Amino acid sequence: MSEFLLMLVSTILVNNFVLVQFLGLCPFMGVSNKLETAMGMALATTFVLTLASASSYIVFNWILVPLGLEYLKTISFILVIAVLVQFTEMVIQKTSPLLYRVLGIFLPLITTNCAVLGVALLNLKKDSNFFESLTYGLGASIGFGLVLILFSAMRERLNQSDVPKPFKGSAIGLITAGLMSLAFMGFAGLAPA
Amino acid sequence: MSILTAILVLLLLASLFGALLGYSAVRFKPEGDPVVAQIDALLPQTQCGQCGYPGCKPYATAIANGDAINKCPPGGMATVEAIASLLDVDIVPLDAETEDNPTQLVAVIREDECIGCTKCIQACPVDAILGAAKLMHTVIESECTGCDLCLEPCPVDCIDMVEVPKTIHSWSWTAPVSQNSEVKIIATDGDRH
Repeated sequence: MSEFLLMLVSTILVNNFVLVQFLGLCPFMGVSNKLETAMGMALATTFVLTLASASSYIVFNWILVPLGLEYLKTISFILVIAVLVQFTEMVIQKTSPLLYRVLGIFLPLITTNCAVLGVALLNLKKDSNFFESLTYGLGASIGFGLVLILFSAMRERLNQSDVPKPFKGSAIGLITAGLMSLAFMGFAGLAPA
Repeated sequence: MSILTAILVLLLLASLFGALLGYSAVRFKPEGDPVVAQIDALLPQTQCGQCGYPGCKPYATAIANGDAINKCPPGGMATVEAIASLLDVDIVPLDAETEDNPTQLVAVIREDECIGCTKCIQACPVDAILGAAKLMHTVIESECTGCDLCLEPCPVDCIDMVEVPKTIHSWSWTAPVSQNSEVKIIATDGDRH
């Protein structure tokens, strides 16, 4: 149990995918203008990432390894992720059409969110079992959602403030992200990498 | 041989996922277009046609398909802001045509010339004209949105569009304007829900 918690803390804070490993920056900058949208995106990504992490483990260890086709891992992982994203898109379109509209292109772009494929591939590299893969995916997505929501809350405030002209918009956003990344480095040492 | 298995495995995976997606596409099919309904609810329902569409619902459909949100003079800035907040787009000033003439207009019937044909009553989208056949009609000033749809049907041209004079009851302070249009002087200006 403590191992499980340690792994979660490690992936959420210490090895945060966005701010420490710099994966998945595209939706991080793209959908963080509004808090509600960021929450929707965080939920969608959590769903996709956790499931993708688990199902790519299944596909790799139950289908590819027995047949000796390990070299197909990237293409089959992309297949798994694309299907999950499509599925999430359908569910969101049905349950919250407004969120579907607001997320727009960033919803199908979860497919190319490098954090998603990154988690699946890192799982292989770490040689983790099914439960560990699931935890790793869950932790990665919670970490992603956490910084996305924090960042969007900050950006909402930044929009209201008098930013010098050269720093308006994405520029101040990137500076903020950099400062957040510095702050997250303070977590290093909390858990083993 | 191993290439054949590789192709077969990918084909099998793809068709399995395809079947899954096909099933969920049927299962999660969205009914109607709820976004249109939500936009329609924000429009003033005067059906005046000043936006260039035959009514509020067609205009709501057009907005959902990407038309400008600033074509509704009866709704004014309040409607533009509500729709902008709903769709997470930027607030734009009302259409240029109406901006040139920002004063509130109201229809007035020259009552001694009215022949009581009831044609303007049928044209009025907000039921602001009172009268009966062969009896003089008059406009309920507080209900009139100034859409001027009653002018055309009148056979004797006895309807005038008159500016509403600012009285002690209708006058209000103009909102303070800051030099920097992005800065909101009142912090809560931005988030109207």
